[in-house]
Amino acid sequence: MARYGMVIDTHRCVGCHSCVISCFMENSVPEGYKRDWIVEVVSGEFPNFRSEIRSERCNHCDNPPCVFVCPCGASYVEEGTGTVLVHNEKCTGCKACIAACPYDARFINPAGFADKCTFCDHRVKDGLLPGCATTCPTKAINFGDLDQPGSHLHKLMHDRSVKSLKPSAGTGPNVYYLL
Amino acid sequence: MTNGINRRQFIRLAGFGAAGAGLAYSGLNPWGLSAHADLTHTGSGVREIPTFCELCFWKCGVIAKVKDGRIIKLEGHPGHPLSNGRLCPRGNGGTGLTYDKDRLRQPLIRAKKRGEDVFREVTWDDALDHIAEKMIYIRDEWSADCFALFNHGYGATFIKHLIKAYGSHSIAAPSYAQCRGPREVGFDLTFGEEVLSPERTDIVNTRMLVLIGSHLGENMHNTQVQEFADAISNGAKLVVVDPRHSVAAGKADWYLPIKPATDIALLLAWMNVIINEDLYDKEYVDKYTVGFEQLVQHVKSYSPEKVWTITGIKPELIRRTAREMGHQKPAVLIHPGRHVTWYGDDTQRSRAIAILNALLGSWGRKGGFFYPGELDVPKPETPPYPKPSFDRVDLQIKNYPLAYNTLASGLCDATFPAPQTNCQLKAWFVYGTNLVHSLPKPQQTMEAMQHLKFLVVSDVLPMEIVGWADVVLPDATYLERYDDLHVGRFREPFVALRQPVIEPMYDTRPPWWVAKELAKRLNLDSYFPWDNIEQYLDNRLATVGLKLSDLKRDGVKVFPRQPLYFEDGIQPEFFTNSGKIELYSSSLAAHGYDPIPVYTEHGEPPQGYYRLLFGRAPVHTFGRTTNNPVLNRVIDSNEVWVNRRVAEEWSLENGGDVILKNQDGVESSPVRIKVTERIRSDCVYMVHGFGHKAKRLTNKKGANDSDLITRYNTDPIMGGTGMNVNFVTFVT
Repeated sequence: MARYGMVIDTHRCVGCHSCVISCFMENSVPEGYKRDWIVEVVSGEFPNFRSEIRSERCNHCDNPPCVFVCPCGASYVEEGTGTVLVHNEKCTGCKACIAACPYDARFINPAGFADKCTFCDHRVKDGLLPGCATTCPTKAINFGDLDQPGSHLHKLMHDRSVKSLKPSAGTGPNVYYLL
Repeated sequence: MTNGINRRQFIRLAGFGAAGAGLAYSGLNPWGLSAHADLTHTGSGVREIPTFCELCFWKCGVIAKVKDGRIIKLEGHPGHPLSNGRLCPRGNGGTGLTYDKDRLRQPLIRAKKRGEDVFREVTWDDALDHIAEKMIYIRDEWSADCFALFNHGYGATFIKHLIKAYGSHSIAAPSYAQCRGPREVGFDLTFGEEVLSPERTDIVNTRMLVLIGSHLGENMHNTQVQEFADAISNGAKLVVVDPRHSVAAGKADWYLPIKPATDIALLLAWMNVIINEDLYDKEYVDKYTVGFEQLVQHVKSYSPEKVWTITGIKPELIRRTAREMGHQKPAVLIHPGRHVTWYGDDTQRSRAIAILNALLGSWGRKGGFFYPGELDVPKPETPPYPKPSFDRVDLQIKNYPLAYNTLASGLCDATFPAPQTNCQLKAWFVYGTNLVHSLPKPQQTMEAMQHLKFLVVSDVLPMEIVGWADVVLPDATYLERYDDLHVGRFREPFVALRQPVIEPMYDTRPPWWVAKELAKRLNLDSYFPWDNIEQYLDNRLATVGLKLSDLKRDGVKVFPRQPLYFEDGIQPEFFTNSGKIELYSSSLAAHGYDPIPVYTEHGEPPQGYYRLLFGRAPVHTFGRTTNNPVLNRVIDSNEVWVNRRVAEEWSLENGGDVILKNQDGVESSPVRIKVTERIRSDCVYMVHGFGHKAKRLTNKKGANDSDLITRYNTDPIMGGTGMNVNFVTFVT
């Protein structure tokens, strides 16, 4: 079994938004919405700052509250990949998942279903990397199987300090940030 | 392997997801990379067509995915040395240009007074006949040189050829005197060669990168940013000198928040430390340079203590960073920047950067500046261009002895009647540059246009300049046309093809066709000895043993790498007066300029005013893209960065709007306020290119910094227009 995840290097990322715009195109994201987005956090006082830039998206959690709260079984964890997905046709657009997600990763597609990052499962099934990881000019976005021992993701995380977002929410996020 | 995921790993990984996933890779694409499907893949009705980008001027390789005649996605070409399979945000959003509903759709001829922006639609024949008639009239009545071409972008290649064939040499792009010209002159005076574009900076191999005002990461020249990230991962030391805490500054080991307009003093202080502490590359300096003794004397007075009082950078920080340069040499890159027309002494600042690089021995060395590959792909032979009747129309009002390229600002000046003008410009052809935004003093540009007998504008969008035209030619976008081959010089030389991935929309035409059609009407057919562009391209490619069909399939052909550095076989040769690297410039001395750069004070902002600085957002290429509906989903407006204490003084609230007023009383449109610690209190900052006013453009958000640039300092050496000399206050 695989557990797909991302390891995103905040040192390499410049916050250029290539990931965001390629995602618009790859996934026909409706106007006014984003499946991934950039967060820039700068702290400190002139001229001594700390800055961190992150490309954020659905964390494809191990314990996904969005899936637990879904009343109609539309949100699910894909067998064999751990990817959190939505059966569009089953979704009623009730927004319970949106309220449950601590990362604000979901939105209601104007076509009437909950929408979010899929790790580009359609590409991955074709042997391609997700669109954002493919285009990222700084190669900040690394995608792969977190359960594969000795993988490049493990190596990256072994060599650097790592964090995930809101670990205290207990969701078990699968997107990690290298600091 | 790229992205840390290699092909073998990935197949194994993907094998869990779907049966047969490995099949997608059974046919390796020509580059053997994993992130892309085979280019010939036609499953699901998607065609993948290679071409190269024009959202900026870097010319990255692109793979366009086309389904049912519509472009659904653009990806980086994996085999193209400038994209390496990746695109910047603008490249990703390139379809936003082609499918912009505001596009010019048909040729237009002015129906009312010039500048009133009222037109009637005409046929291409009407438009071209009219232009040809005016071109003949102007040549007969005055001189072909009185017909100027302003251009920007690769589409202009054949238009430039046409204008030269017609007999005019009054051809300029604002990318010279308004952008990187001083850098090229400064480096040429020092090393006898220019920096070029793409820059010959060996960022990926550097051990120390020094950025002076250069905001890589916000300035998204793809390959440079790719290498910038690699350099950071490799542990290269990073120094960022900028009055604003840029994205790059956020990654720096040392951030030097310099007082604007004092960079030359800092550069001289670094030289002072490096020489005093014997940190320079002695062997290199002895072997390749002249003027070291004069330089030693010259920098003596620029002690870190003295320069602290000028720049605000503490002496220990100046020393610490200088010592690190000495320690890491020769793999140290003092980056020459790109948009360098700041204060009017920009050639001298570029010289100072070049000299510091020379002291560290980084020119021609790994991790410094490499020698780009050479490739000759001859064009078909055509008759020689007619000799100009006037020498350098752009230098009539004022001569700049080392202006190697034509000055766009000089051509604008030569459009006004003046006693010393022998060839007052009578007509302009403007291709792909919105001069009202790209030249300083927009009011002056508009006045100049009122003096013209004739003005043609070719563009994709109804920019401000279009409203002033007599004839408007709707350009096909880069995704709809062939252009000339791009013969690229990077680490490897390469030749790349731009080809239409869809048919031109509306009644638009590619510029090669426009040029050839005009040539026909001007009896200049002999300059276009081909029936159609495909024949031209095929013939030209044949000179290097290629066929058009090869490039239509592959998009690019990369030629073998040649030696890049002195250490791998480049024979050092410097095309300067002395044949050596000139720390002391004999050429500048001969022309009466400082042979070694001198720091001179620039005016301070008056009480209550702040120096206006401008730069770029990663998602936009100045005003060219600020109407792009795809890119505007991310950033559709600019904001003015104001230091927190200044904001408190003026009671400015973060997120509120404010009108800026410059020293000449010119006011901006309202612009959103960004209250931040990340900028000094003596300046404000805006992203350039927003605040359009053209009536047929949808996005008019933000403020136009160009409106506020009513003054500039001209570089006495090469005529560049230093634009960071305007001061603004807040209208409350």
